[in-house]
Amino acid sequence: MEKSDDKNTAVTRRDVLRDSVRGACLLGAGVFGGLLARKSAGEQMVWQIDPYKCISCGHCATYCVLQESAVKCVHSYAMCGYCDLCTGFFEPEPIALTTGAENQLCPTGAIIRTFVEDPYFEFTIDEPLCIGCGKCVKGCNAFGNGSLFLQVRHDRCLNCNECSIAQACPSQAFRRVPAHQPYILKGQENNE
Amino acid sequence: MSYPPNQNSRILPVTISMLKLHLSMPPILLTGLIILAMVGATYGLERFPPPDFETGYELPSTTTPPPRALFYQYLDLAVLIAALALASWFSLKKRSRRRLFGLMVFSLIYFGFWRKGCICPIGAIQNVTLTIFDRGYVIPVTVILFFVIPLIFTLFFGRGFCAAVCPLGAIQDVVLLKPQQLPVWLEHGLGMLAYVYLGAAVLFAATGSAFIICQYDPFVAFFRRSGSLEMLVLGVSFLVIALFIGRPYCRFLCPYGVILKTLSRFSRWKISITPAECIQCRLCEDSCPFNAIEKPGAAPLPANYRQGKTTLIILLILAPAIMALSGWLGYKLSAPFSRMHPTVRLAERVHLEETGQVPDTTDASDAFRGTGRSLMSLYEDAEQIGREYSWATVLLGVFIGTVIIIKLTYLTIRRTQTSYEADRGRCLACGRCFAYCPIEKNSNEPANI
Ligand code: SF4
Ligand code: SF4
Ligand code: SF4
Ligand code: SF4
Repeated sequence: MEKSDDKNTAVTRRDVLRDSVRGACLLGAGVFGGLLARKSAGEQMVWQIDPYKCISCGHCATYCVLQESAVKCVHSYAMCGYCDLCTGFFEPEPIALTTGAENQLCPTGAIIRTFVEDPYFEFTIDEPLCIGCGKCVKGCNAFGNGSLFLQVRHDRCLNCNECSIAQACPSQAFRRVPAHQPYILKGQENNE
Repeated sequence: MSYPPNQNSRILPVTISMLKLHLSMPPILLTGLIILAMVGATYGLERFPPPDFETGYELPSTTTPPPRALFYQYLDLAVLIAALALASWFSLKKRSRRRLFGLMVFSLIYFGFWRKGCICPIGAIQNVTLTIFDRGYVIPVTVILFFVIPLIFTLFFGRGFCAAVCPLGAIQDVVLLKPQQLPVWLEHGLGMLAYVYLGAAVLFAATGSAFIICQYDPFVAFFRRSGSLEMLVLGVSFLVIALFIGRPYCRFLCPYGVILKTLSRFSRWKISITPAECIQCRLCEDSCPFNAIEKPGAAPLPANYRQGKTTLIILLILAPAIMALSGWLGYKLSAPFSRMHPTVRLAERVHLEETGQVPDTTDASDAFRGTGRSLMSLYEDAEQIGREYSWATVLLGVFIGTVIIIKLTYLTIRRTQTSYEADRGRCLACGRCFAYCPIEKNSNEPANI
């Protein structure tokens, strides 16, 4: 290890210059860091979709850096009408109101339709199957209560410094939210 | 299509609640009714009031899996500090390439494959920039520390971060099989790219347009073992180049490397090729795959003192002109650059549609119309961003001009040097050259500080 360019023990002009610049840099880094810290938070920020801005364009399924998107459909059950003819579940012109794949909007059959009581049906998302394509969300928004919507699932999300779906999102629905409030759930905004 | 959601909600409950009663209605008729009712709102509307269940059905709750616990962020920080300390110790005191290599592999696994490359100090440049320019952005403390701590280490110990902590450096370093020396002029020329990249990254982050460092990170697709085809192609090409050209990203592109390079020139301690006195045996001459070894009396330019002085004077006279020219070029580029901002792109698109220059609409322009915002406010926003861009690109131009001048000045200053030395800025502290020095093998005592 070598302290300076000069092999002599004598302090050279270069050394003095170097020491003072280093001091200035350290001071600068300290002041800069301190100023930044005034606008900082002790916690992480994470990505989330504002469901009121999302137009379910389908990009969430394809633009995530993960092969199987970190975005999935979630359901606010309290908003749901439990309709027999769920427009998030069925094709616009279903052959029959049954769970046959040909009647379903969801390309992966990720929505589970269960009978509750006449005439109501419950719809739950089988998350491992959901690819976040938003087809059901679109259907539910267009003709239903809008209780199905897309959210970044934080058990999957890598929390990229810049979410690559956010870059592609046509409605600028992605934003950074504090990690202690990592979801924007429809119908629950007030008791977040 | 217009968006009066209240009107919407008035029609829909009537028409669609009818559907609920007539479940046997032919689907085609249903669709007809639906289309009638469709005004296309994306708002949560209570078209069907949530039912009152009689069978004691309990509403399920929406699951909300939490993000990674904060604890792990601090763990990352602790690992960063420990790795930096070890890298400094191995490179300066232990002088051990083997240990540095081990640490580098560890960092590659931890920060690369395990942490999947995020957050890293390189990308943190953008978060820091955004914090300065965007009042709404709150930066996590850990990100500030990730940005600042390697800088402080560099001011004391040189680029140990590059040597064995940075996963991007590591992935290139492990594939370096047949290092080729680049001509000095090419080395200096390509090195300028990194300044341009840094400037552009700061520009786009400051204007809130994009995080280009993250977007074009060539290796992150490997770390995540997932990514778009373009990313993979980019990554693979970098690695293929890295087989022959030592760490091309680090030397010619890395924006954080630019900062580290500059700070490392003022570091308290530096790498020395030999543990004792250089005997000018020239054995280490070609040992550095990164062209970081300065040969005695072999400064590339200029041939003699007089010539150097003349060049320097000409340079200094030309400096204002160079800066003005690059600033003007920056100004000229402000319009295309501003298209990096989504709002500017949207405004341009909407303008084209409104003036009938394009027949169809896009998702983005539909979404904009869906918000009910006025055209004027969109255009004003875009103009505001455009104005920010016009002075920001001038600054970028002036910055690049200044860097060029400083670089040329540096090349004209003759250095008197009597031994083989690692250049303070360019040396990545990888420790490869140590083994080439014959004194190293003979000396049993550890080098002294
Ligand atoms: S990219 Fe944006 S608009 Fe499209 S589905 Fe995702 S959040 Fe919704
Ligand atoms: S339609 Fe798409 S978003 Fe909805 S549940 Fe199926 S895969 Fe998920
Ligand atoms: S932050 Fe990354 S992992 Fe998460 S949703 Fe966006 S692209 Fe996918
Ligand atoms: S320690 Fe520095 S000078 Fe030596 S081989 Fe590595 S980068 Fe080159």
